[in-house]
Amino acid sequence: MLKVLRRLREMGVVGMNARNGDYIARYNSRRCYPLVDDKLRTKKLATDAGIAVPELYGVIEIEHQIGRLAKLLEPHQEFVIKPAHGSGGNGIVVITGRTNGRYRRANGALVQLDDLAHHISNILSGMHSLGGQPDQAIIEQRVVFDPLFEPLTYRGVPDIRTVVFQGVPVMAMVRLPTLQSDGKANLHQGAVGVGVDIASGQTIRGVWMEEVVAEHPDTGHPVAGLEIPHWDELLTLAARCYDLAGLGYLGVDIVLDRHHGPLILELNARPGLSIQLANGFGLRPRLERVESLAVIPECAERRAQLACELFADPRRQRGGGDTQEQRSAATEGIAVGPRVHATA
Amino acid sequence: MKDLHLRLLAFVLAAAGLGLCYYKVTALGLPLQPITEAEVWTVEARIGFHADGGPAQVQFYLPNQPPGFTVLGENFVSGSYGLATDFAGDNREARWSVRRANGRQVLYYRIQLAEATSMSLPRSEPIPAYPQVPNYSEPYRSAVMSVLDGVRAQSADISTFTRQFLVRFNAANPDKDIRVLREGIRDDVHRVRRIQRILAGARIPSRTVYILRLQDGMRQGTLEPWLEVHNEREWLPFDPQTGRPGYPPNALVWRVGDDPLAEVVGGSQAEISFSTMKSIREVLGVAEERARLLDSRVLEFSLFSLPVSTQNMYRVLLLVPIGAFLVVLLRNIVGIKTFGTFMPILIALAFRETALLWGVFYFILLVGLGLAIRFYLETLKLLLVPRLSAVLIVVILLMAGTSLVSHKLGLVHGVSIALFPMVILAMTIERMSLVWEEQGAKEALQQGVGSLLVAIAGYLVMTNEQVAYLVFVFPELILVLLAMTLLLGRYSGYRLTELWRFRAMLRSAD
Repeated sequence: MLKVLRRLREMGVVGMNARNGDYIARYNSRRCYPLVDDKLRTKKLATDAGIAVPELYGVIEIEHQIGRLAKLLEPHQEFVIKPAHGSGGNGIVVITGRTNGRYRRANGALVQLDDLAHHISNILSGMHSLGGQPDQAIIEQRVVFDPLFEPLTYRGVPDIRTVVFQGVPVMAMVRLPTLQSDGKANLHQGAVGVGVDIASGQTIRGVWMEEVVAEHPDTGHPVAGLEIPHWDELLTLAARCYDLAGLGYLGVDIVLDRHHGPLILELNARPGLSIQLANGFGLRPRLERVESLAVIPECAERRAQLACELFADPRRQRGGGDTQEQRSAATEGIAVGPRVHATA
Repeated sequence: MKDLHLRLLAFVLAAAGLGLCYYKVTALGLPLQPITEAEVWTVEARIGFHADGGPAQVQFYLPNQPPGFTVLGENFVSGSYGLATDFAGDNREARWSVRRANGRQVLYYRIQLAEATSMSLPRSEPIPAYPQVPNYSEPYRSAVMSVLDGVRAQSADISTFTRQFLVRFNAANPDKDIRVLREGIRDDVHRVRRIQRILAGARIPSRTVYILRLQDGMRQGTLEPWLEVHNEREWLPFDPQTGRPGYPPNALVWRVGDDPLAEVVGGSQAEISFSTMKSIREVLGVAEERARLLDSRVLEFSLFSLPVSTQNMYRVLLLVPIGAFLVVLLRNIVGIKTFGTFMPILIALAFRETALLWGVFYFILLVGLGLAIRFYLETLKLLLVPRLSAVLIVVILLMAGTSLVSHKLGLVHGVSIALFPMVILAMTIERMSLVWEEQGAKEALQQGVGSLLVAIAGYLVMTNEQVAYLVFVFPELILVLLAMTLLLGRYSGYRLTELWRFRAMLRSAD
């Protein structure tokens, strides 16, 4: 037991108490929580800043508006209904199509308009919101995920979770829904978490149900060695979300849409700790590295760049002799190196 | 230093709590264990005399802060006599006086004593002067000197000197010198006077004190002379018969000095007798009286000054902080998941009434039935608040039903489930069903079992007699609990369950 404790401490694994006390309490101003807890506000902020998000089809704020639901849904074959204040992927219904006036859910079940209305009514009454306050229901574009993830997904939409610390992305993972997670990309509920090398965007290893796995449990496809497209763009996007929300310790969930590229799905003021399991690294050394920086660049692109220099996975190191040079250059806020062109 | 402010605050809180508790234990004699009774001695002195018919005055010595005891109260039964008490040297005295008294007169003095706690008040007395060497006559003189020289050679200080001397003086087979010294001793008082006179030969200050050995149901007791010598710091008592240092157990020092115990003017044939009685009293009552005598206001603000019904409420309420602290430990240090933060504690309080096994049984029964009905309600597609209300109504109906059935079956415990916090139960059922639907049965059961475990732990702690006693009699200890809670608020180490959760980290790293 004590050995485990010592090893975990050596690896710098951040526990729940340390996350809450040393990072969230210290770097996340409570004032900023509403920005990320209310997905509607997040969406608006992002849109205003020119960051791509899934398109908003409509908002239902009061019970009475449910009567117009049919009309609202009319133009859309596929859409997602979610609570504005939901957490952990709860209360999200994904409709992938229509058959004979019924709606087909992502898990294949057919539901009627009445069922959707009841679900929205539940959302409004606060069933899925934090603390149970009355809530709003968001109806938005269904993300059609990048074909890259096709063999690695069992229903639902995989997303990429990045932990951004003081604007610098420090760790990332892909979350793959499984049969067990019922299409949700939440590790607690049985999704697979796959660690991603911050520098290259390559997947490293997977964790499922808190055990290391090599393959997706449903599709059997190996999870490591995947190269995530638009990685630099994605990393910059994550870094930009810091400017948006003002939260020092932030979880950014991004989906890769087949047609629209990376879209911000939601922001999280209390990102979970399983990302460490997925990567096989503790967060603390990286967080402390960022804390020790004298200056953190203003520009999101440079911060993403900085993350690539600082947190390249040693297991994926392509052995460039210029690493040291790049690092020092990056800390001084000067962008050098071959990767700059990709982000520019 | 990191968190200096918090640490200081916690330190101040803990110090205040512990300090007050220490004071109550040492100065007021509140026990830390739930003993509820203490021995109280009642000593009665009866002074009888024959009055001559004219004015009469009686002077009588009273105990003055007797070592080993605290005086809880005293009273005088003296009919038409006027009474004054006064200090006279090391002693206190009572003076009764009356204009005309005729025939047999009886005066009573009664004192209640409790055994003192460790902190008895030091008697401030001036250091007595060294006595002059008395003018012994021969052959007495040479016997005294020979004995004293012998004793001096075998002793180190006044204490050992006195002891050595007394042992020799009281030897069963006295030598020639001692026989001379012991010659003609009439009684115990005379013996102590003789000893004092010999000790004066070594210039040791000494005095006679009179003690009363307390025995339950004693009547017609008398005072016994005891020897005290001064070692330049304090008076040390010695048994004049054996030389053993100290007072005998349960001995009350009544007065110091050789004057007659009572003096009667205008009367004759004075007789004094003592009777003693032991009784058992509530410790807390004794402590309150002690506090009154020490002019301490602490106990005036004790919870015991509240009406009994309110007291009983606080007996329960003060256990909640213990439960809350336990929740902090089990959630933040161990990492057990529960439904609601304090739900388990409220359940644990309810278990107090039903006893543990029955409580757990009824809890599982109610939650199980409630869940089944909640799943059925789900199919009706109700709005949130009506649904919650429906669950609450169902829970109450279930409780009533369970009580009825258990009563008919003759199970007494079933009746007390009425004390289960029904709103909490309803919310638990609602949340459990949500977790069940959204995160699966495993998670729901895990949290359910976690809640039950915390509730059981809470029950075990909160029904502990010692714990319940401590928080009620020493509510200031809750400040210590608060301090610890504050400190745990900055605990950023791993939770016990995280060692398990992150075990995959290690496996891959090896």
